[in-house]
Amino acid sequence: MDKVIKLKRGLDIRLQGEAEKKVGRASEPGSFALKPPDFHTLVPKLTVHEGDEIKAGSPLFFDKYRPEILFTSPVSGQVKTIFRGERRRILEVIVIPDGKQDHLTFRKSDPLSMKREEIVEELLKSGVWPFIRQRPFDHVADPEDTPKAVFISLFDTSPLAPDYAFILKGEEKVFQTGVNALSMLSGGKVHLGVHPERSDSAFVSALQNVEIHYFKGPHPAGNVGVQIHHTDPINKGDVVWVVNPQDVLIIGRLFEEGIYDPQRIVAVAGSEVKEPQYYRTRVGASIAPLVEENVKEGDLRFISGNVLTGTKIAKTGYLGFYDSLVTVIPEGHYSEFFGWLMPGFGKFSFSRSFFSWLTPKKKYRLDTNLHGGHRALVFSGLYERVLPMDILVMQLLKATIIGDIDQMENLGIYEVVEEDIALCEVIDPSKTEMQSILRNGINVLIKELG
Amino acid sequence: MKALRNFLDKIKPSFEKGGRFEMFHSTFEAFETLMFVPDKVTTQGSHIRDAMDMKRAMIIVVFALVPATLFGIWNIGYQHFLAAGEEPGFWSTFLFGLWKYLPLLVVSYVVGLGIEFMFAQLRGHEVNEGFLVTGFLIPLIVPVDIPLWMLALAVAFAVIIGKEVFGGTGMNILNPALTARAFLFFSYPAWMSGDQVWVAGLKHGLQAVDGFSGATPLAEAAAGKIEHLPSAMQMFLGTIPGSVGETSTLAILLGALFLIYTGIGSWKIMVSAFAGGLVMGLILNLFAVNPYMEVPAWEHLLLGGFAFGMVFMATDPVTAAQTETGKWIYGFLAGLLAILIRVLNPAYPEGVMLAILLMNVFAPLIDHYVIEANIKRRLKRAKVTAQ
Repeated sequence: MDKVIKLKRGLDIRLQGEAEKKVGRASEPGSFALKPPDFHTLVPKLTVHEGDEIKAGSPLFFDKYRPEILFTSPVSGQVKTIFRGERRRILEVIVIPDGKQDHLTFRKSDPLSMKREEIVEELLKSGVWPFIRQRPFDHVADPEDTPKAVFISLFDTSPLAPDYAFILKGEEKVFQTGVNALSMLSGGKVHLGVHPERSDSAFVSALQNVEIHYFKGPHPAGNVGVQIHHTDPINKGDVVWVVNPQDVLIIGRLFEEGIYDPQRIVAVAGSEVKEPQYYRTRVGASIAPLVEENVKEGDLRFISGNVLTGTKIAKTGYLGFYDSLVTVIPEGHYSEFFGWLMPGFGKFSFSRSFFSWLTPKKKYRLDTNLHGGHRALVFSGLYERVLPMDILVMQLLKATIIGDIDQMENLGIYEVVEEDIALCEVIDPSKTEMQSILRNGINVLIKELG
Repeated sequence: MKALRNFLDKIKPSFEKGGRFEMFHSTFEAFETLMFVPDKVTTQGSHIRDAMDMKRAMIIVVFALVPATLFGIWNIGYQHFLAAGEEPGFWSTFLFGLWKYLPLLVVSYVVGLGIEFMFAQLRGHEVNEGFLVTGFLIPLIVPVDIPLWMLALAVAFAVIIGKEVFGGTGMNILNPALTARAFLFFSYPAWMSGDQVWVAGLKHGLQAVDGFSGATPLAEAAAGKIEHLPSAMQMFLGTIPGSVGETSTLAILLGALFLIYTGIGSWKIMVSAFAGGLVMGLILNLFAVNPYMEVPAWEHLLLGGFAFGMVFMATDPVTAAQTETGKWIYGFLAGLLAILIRVLNPAYPEGVMLAILLMNVFAPLIDHYVIEANIKRRLKRAKVTAQ
């Protein structure tokens, strides 16, 4: 085995309700939705009206500033509602499936025998393109760029993360086709971030056109941004493309079968799930059939994604475009009498200021309580302990808050996205909303760069 | 608890905007959140959060100060009765100390928190917990017989000029507790130095028995009377005159271990500060031209407020260096300067306060260079890949 990069800094948050490794059965979802807010900086332009009949792979909307990027329907059926929020911003385009799953057909061909432009064209036409995201900034990749690398992290270290070794089992061929397409796009090898134990070594060693990097350590070792930082860091002007492992399968299926088939195996996990396990569903599916009979009583929070970076959705909400996990945890609407003074035997804390340091292996049932009020940033040196990158988190955040673009660039804003600093936000005693501060800073930066 | 919660919920509306007591909104909120951790939930970003908040972080520091405080209280009584030539039991000694100590604590908290509440209301912020620690520290670093009005004035000065004008906790440049002490030191030197002020009663006409001087070991040393220094064991345990909480190195070490273990205090600053003090002590030993410079380097670490300052004041996360490399440099220089000022500057018998305040001022400069180094590493990397 090649050199393993061991990351020491970080934090594994152990939560109750990890998904059991089996694929359960659930009824077909009654509706699907594509959500423009899943895509950073996207300004959507609709191509359908309410009531239109569409096929799987028909466009629902496109990117106003890059009209070649289409966002297409995961199923065939009828556009039911276009759900808008404040200032008529489009939040959800809801499609009711007709159960027939009529597909638009695309070119079925071996990507290695195709030209780069042809591959790009097929990906754009079918709506598979948005699965390719770029670093910096974490928005949909620009078809006109040539990235310096394509990076895939084959394992996820976040709390209750789906096990990709389990999900990808038996999909070697499709995955390889997806990887081949991506390698044609970058003009080089595709970089894979692999965990020496958590990844399926037989699966990994059979792959071609890949360069494998081994990583070990607590979360965020599985974050692709951290892996890029330790192999080929992003400097100003660099572009790296990243794809989730399951989305490589979607790319693979496009070229193997000539259809847009966004199937996905999703883990349903969390302390409030009765039977945490995996389900086969599609991108944008309503989570209702997965959680309807499967959650405990009480005031619950449903999250598409993990507890660190996921999106809060309703019980009848829709799976996010990039998510392979639905987490259900209790809400935390309660006020605790002198909670800050108590010994805190069962309280989760990164610091050892509660007695819970006595039980480091305990699995927690954590709720959404903020555990305190917002304060100025006071503690230094704390945030770097959960981010294994050469980045001064507090200084970067302060530069971001005051909008000092030069300093943001200098301190490495090109290397981090929300998921990388999510742990800093979790452990922050000042309860600063770091992820949204960072995103606002990135938006300012994008505007400034033009 | 339920009844209290219901009562708070009932009176809450009159403190909200438009309510009758709107001007006490911050005050109400401060007391409410003191008794109940708020029921707020996450709305964006991470859905779960660490149980630690600012209140917890600050109370941990106060817990760490408890051993030094308890010992200090006892020592007030011990020194007093030693001077008077009496030998009452443990509890009388302790209660006498408590009687002297409590007014200091009450004045410090009432004045400081009063001002904090006012500023929070003016700014529309929540009351910050920083003063929980500052207010606890101040009585520990003043002489026991300091008149209360002086203390009140010093606290007000420290909170307003030392902290609030910069924007409150998290924004201040100087450690507020040390600012209070510096204010007293330069405004009322007669109450902050000499042989009379360190033992309760001496300033008020108590006649000390023969052979009891009342001077702190530092004052003795500065006067060149090295032979009058107490034994190292006495200095380590703390049965010597001095400011209320600073005398017992043992009690301070207990607090230091607690701070390091819980991860609240920076061990890097503490370790490097002690290293800095030791190094300066050794340098002085090398060039010793008078008895004071011959004092063994390690004994300097037990003397005066060195341990207390380096464990509880230099580590203040707001005013210390905020980068990890910076902390090593900052702590080392603070320790170095403290001993340098102490031994070589005849005007100031103790250099710890001034050394830390000086390093507070220089901390942003140290950080600046550490940050520049980080930026340079990033730029250098870019050039290498461009080739």
